[in-house]
Amino acid sequence: MSKINKTLEIRTSPHIVRGLSTDDIMRNVVWALLPVAGFAVYTFGLTALVMLSVATLSCVLSEHILCRLNGRESTIGDWSITITGLLYGLTLPPGLPLWMVAVGGFIAVGLGKFLFGGLGYNVFNPALVGRAFLQAAFPVAMTTWHPAFADGRFFSLDGATLTVPFMEPVYTAVTGATPLAAMKFAQQPTAAYDLVFGFTSGSAGETSALFILAGGAYLAVRNMLNWRIPAAIFATVALLSGILHAIDPQHYAGPMFMLFSGGLMLGAVFMATDMVATPLTNRGVIIYGVLIAVLTVMIRYWGGLPEGVMYAILFANAASRHIDRLVQPRVYGTLKQAKRGS
Amino acid sequence: MANDLFKMPETAVSTDEFIKGLWRENPVFVQVLGMCPVLAVTNSGINAIAMGLATTFVLVMSNILVSSLRKVIPKQVRIATYILIIATFVTVVEYLIQAISLDLHKALGAFISLIVVNCVILGRAEAFASKNTLANSFLDGLGMGLGFTFALLCLGVVREILGSGTIFGIGLFPDGFQSWVVMILPGGGFFTMGAWLLFFNWLKERNKKREAALSESGTGVK
Repeated sequence: MSKINKTLEIRTSPHIVRGLSTDDIMRNVVWALLPVAGFAVYTFGLTALVMLSVATLSCVLSEHILCRLNGRESTIGDWSITITGLLYGLTLPPGLPLWMVAVGGFIAVGLGKFLFGGLGYNVFNPALVGRAFLQAAFPVAMTTWHPAFADGRFFSLDGATLTVPFMEPVYTAVTGATPLAAMKFAQQPTAAYDLVFGFTSGSAGETSALFILAGGAYLAVRNMLNWRIPAAIFATVALLSGILHAIDPQHYAGPMFMLFSGGLMLGAVFMATDMVATPLTNRGVIIYGVLIAVLTVMIRYWGGLPEGVMYAILFANAASRHIDRLVQPRVYGTLKQAKRGS
Repeated sequence: MANDLFKMPETAVSTDEFIKGLWRENPVFVQVLGMCPVLAVTNSGINAIAMGLATTFVLVMSNILVSSLRKVIPKQVRIATYILIIATFVTVVEYLIQAISLDLHKALGAFISLIVVNCVILGRAEAFASKNTLANSFLDGLGMGLGFTFALLCLGVVREILGSGTIFGIGLFPDGFQSWVVMILPGGGFFTMGAWLLFFNWLKERNKKREAALSESGTGVK
């Protein structure tokens, strides 16, 4: 509310101004993400805490330096970069060498956000751009998973975390397969209970569906997140995997597994809902959600990788401008295209 | 129309024809031509130099031949003739590379033959050699070729350092270097190309601003 201009303005409609600035929304998203981050730290211990801090710091620092280099005022005060950094950290596997985390953070901000013109112009979700780059550059490190709930996790760092920059990480802990990888490569399903509460291995922030959904619900209630996007994604994923599971339960995991495993929850609630890179209309948003869901299911079932949410969201981000054009609302008072022609 | 295409060539030999290809009209960083080899074979410094020199050779030779034949080649079949000339020299260079180093030939693969369709070469033949004197065409070809080599080297060095931790095959890091897989793949070519373009455009912008500031202060004194 503090950002409302108190001077008298004479202007055209809309006249009712809601005192909700970018900073307010962004700060609320950070609040919504904190429980997820907290659970990540609880699950993976000190390793996750250090990784999340480095991810956030590298993003904020990159933004500050790039702004200064470009002779602009630093935009780190609007919290948006904090979200990007936190989200980016939550998508990474804990135990990833910190120098890789920092490189990805710089790429996320530089390539994903700054080159397009900063906040409000990014075509892709910056956090996912950073992650996609790391996935392409360091595929082995990005798919080596730290076991969840390891003993003494609050007092020791994973051996690979402090790898010297540009050196190959050496892993000490026995790595645990993610539920998706176990399903894809060994046909080993994980119990739904573990998936919902997050007692599995995986990326730092993707394990606990419960906390993610709670954060999403908080934002949706406050109207800071378009609930149609996650709803469309969940519904389509459930429908598609339900049909395929009914046809061939041996090969295709069921809807419960598909919904609660991997990065789908985190992606659908916090990544796909990036305010800039999504379509603008309600109809467009639903098409966008369905597109993400279909791509995710396709990549997971038939692709070479166990997880596909990241690529699905990036692809849909790229398509969102075209979706907007497709569902452009009719200007009030004009005729439909077909009628105009006759 | 024919007069437009074959307008009176400048007879004076100008070193500017040589220098422009290196920097001001660099085929890769300014004209953004011939992207296929630029992105495909620059995964190491050696490959980049070999590709650049091979292209330079073809460019110089085809410019010389096109320029000396420019009054003989009928306008209607000029493109086909240029391609024929270029293809001849590409064949020469392919056998040459094969004779010098079979490993290099394998590393560059089909991209040696594909020099034929490199639009830098056809572009110089059509836009420059067909209208200018032999000496100027030679200088133009040499400048463009070396500019192309320079650009390939810029990409190749960065990609080799990050992708394999070496520079011209010499290790830069102690054992256990983590290679950036994406830098060896074509995607890394795009990233590096974009970064270099950013850098060179930034340099150009800065120079322009400096010149503007200089001329402004000059008028201020007046």
